[in-house]
Amino acid sequence: MSARGLFTRPARLAAIAPYLWMVLFFLVPFGFVLKIALSQTAIAQPPYVPVFDLAQGFHTIEGAAELSLDNFRLLLSDNLYVFSYLRSLGVAAISSAMLLAIGYPIAYGMARLPQQWRAVAMMLVIVPFWTSFLIRIYAWINILQHDGLLNQLLLGLHLISQPVVWLSTDTAMYLGMVYSYLPFMILPLYATLAKMDPGLLEAAADLGASRLRSFWLVTFPLSLPGVLAGVLLCFIPIVGEFVIPDLLAGSSSLMIGQTLWLEFFTNKDWPVASATAVVLLLLLVLPLVVYDRLQRRELETAR
Amino acid sequence: MDEEFAVHPTEAPPLLRIDALVKKFGAVRAVDRLSLDIRAGEFFALLGPSGCGKTTLLRMLAGFETPDQGRIFLDGLDIARVLPHQRPVNMMFQNYALFPHLTVADNIAFGLKRMEMPAFQMEARVAEMIRLVKLDGLQTRKPDQLSGGQKQRVALARSLARRPRLLLLDEPLAALDKKLRQSTQLELMELQRRLRMTFIIVTHDQEEAMTVADRIGVMNAGRLEQVATPRQLYEAPASRWVAEFVGDVNIFEGQPGLPEGNRLTVSMRDAGAIVVAEPAQPITKPTVCVAIRPEKVKLSRRGPASDALNAHALNRLEGIVTDVSYLGGITSYKVKLDSGMTLRSSMANTARIELDAYHAGQRVVAWFTPDDCVVLEQ
Repeated sequence: MSARGLFTRPARLAAIAPYLWMVLFFLVPFGFVLKIALSQTAIAQPPYVPVFDLAQGFHTIEGAAELSLDNFRLLLSDNLYVFSYLRSLGVAAISSAMLLAIGYPIAYGMARLPQQWRAVAMMLVIVPFWTSFLIRIYAWINILQHDGLLNQLLLGLHLISQPVVWLSTDTAMYLGMVYSYLPFMILPLYATLAKMDPGLLEAAADLGASRLRSFWLVTFPLSLPGVLAGVLLCFIPIVGEFVIPDLLAGSSSLMIGQTLWLEFFTNKDWPVASATAVVLLLLLVLPLVVYDRLQRRELETAR
Repeated sequence: MDEEFAVHPTEAPPLLRIDALVKKFGAVRAVDRLSLDIRAGEFFALLGPSGCGKTTLLRMLAGFETPDQGRIFLDGLDIARVLPHQRPVNMMFQNYALFPHLTVADNIAFGLKRMEMPAFQMEARVAEMIRLVKLDGLQTRKPDQLSGGQKQRVALARSLARRPRLLLLDEPLAALDKKLRQSTQLELMELQRRLRMTFIIVTHDQEEAMTVADRIGVMNAGRLEQVATPRQLYEAPASRWVAEFVGDVNIFEGQPGLPEGNRLTVSMRDAGAIVVAEPAQPITKPTVCVAIRPEKVKLSRRGPASDALNAHALNRLEGIVTDVSYLGGITSYKVKLDSGMTLRSSMANTARIELDAYHAGQRVVAWFTPDDCVVLEQ
């Protein structure tokens, strides 16, 4: 009895710890953002009218009636925001597709390596993480600029007669996206492919399936959880990506991260910036909920 | 072709002919110049300790390993280098290798879909297979939702669905518990007889091999030690290794004398002589082994009583019982002979109340007939 009491308390604590973390570092800040999103902008410090301030006492909660959805209406009415969202989703979709097309063969090859070489391949995938992300993107600027390595190489090989403009194009941005996110695509794919029973492919061959057919009928369907995990791990951060489009893409069309940055730092319109963030979050939570559902279903069938 | 028929005019050509097959892994010969013929409709068991090469041999028949030398003829065609998906051979895998993303019915239909079979025919075949292995009502389940015994049935149905010329079974029952294994063995035999298919089963379980198989090939270190019916294997082992591998055995070593009548006396180093039936082949070696199965060694307090028995029971060895193990159906005794050797004897417990049970420390006479002894030269 007493032993039970002793052990259940820390166990209970451990069980609620993640929720505590989520409340403290996600829900509470999200509440702040939501509150600002529902407020009016002002030339002040901070640059919005606080409709209520709990620090001044609970009676200020009456001000909550002043909260308005004006900022969200603005997001819908102004094409700038709608286009930003669409561009972000489009860029994320195209990048994810390219990442999958490049990452899948790499992960597949890694999973088929002899055991002792797998760790080496894994290291090679992870090693770029040891350098700061920002530095690596700046390095790409160096490579892609007018007199950069890429143009020098192409000129040297006489493939082009004058330097090509790479920087500030979508090509450069996609290059940066694929380069930066490739490990996030490869690792979950590798994990699913590596744990697959090679006996299943033998069974498929035994039952008359050629290698290509075995891949499509057995390997690929069984790797779908990995595909989904990889795509989500890339798609979600790419939608909100700021650094790569800002440094490598042109300024003609903005991704939502850039628009948000402009609202926040240049326009000093915190309420609109916050509303943008809230909508972005909702856009991204939706696919995550779907993913969670799918995984739960998988777990249930596994039982 | 005419010549071949001339040599064996009455014998039908075998379904499967394995000819001097060699498979090396590094320096190790997993299968070493192995030759074997298997007839159509036969239930053949490959029996051997782990690492003897039996699974490698099976995998070469399925096409998952390529032989380094030798040929495999199926229906007269050399298939040694044919890809696995182009062979009319199917395999039931030890871990079943069911496709986890497909239902029971789709698992069974997997091989049929690769055969360009009309849809109605395929459906009928799947339904037939489901009935055959008694999986009715489980068609839409995924492998994860099945018990071990049910998975085993799906794997069997899947491998049978294409009606292969040859079905390979790699330790098919190893994952089942003993009771289920025994009943499944009987079902497997019935199935094989009903379908008139040729089965090759790989197993390390000699009881299983003896139960299901028409013939057993005992493998050791990449070679076949003996190919024989279960009865021959047990009662007339070809070598000391086979005698010791299959069942329990007592082995005496000694020098053979000259045959007298149809009897041969083998004198042991320090325990007198054993009289055995004269072997069919003349003995060429200076020392031989005499093998006698424990259940053929009888114990008594004063030796065999009746004169009729006496005439045959020429081998009498005296000693002291050192160990008694009651195993239900039989009781197993260890007797320390006066020569110092330990002899094992097992006797059936034919009556519920045993009157002449022996106890440790008791002095007994162990006796057996010359005809129950097997002389082995190697």
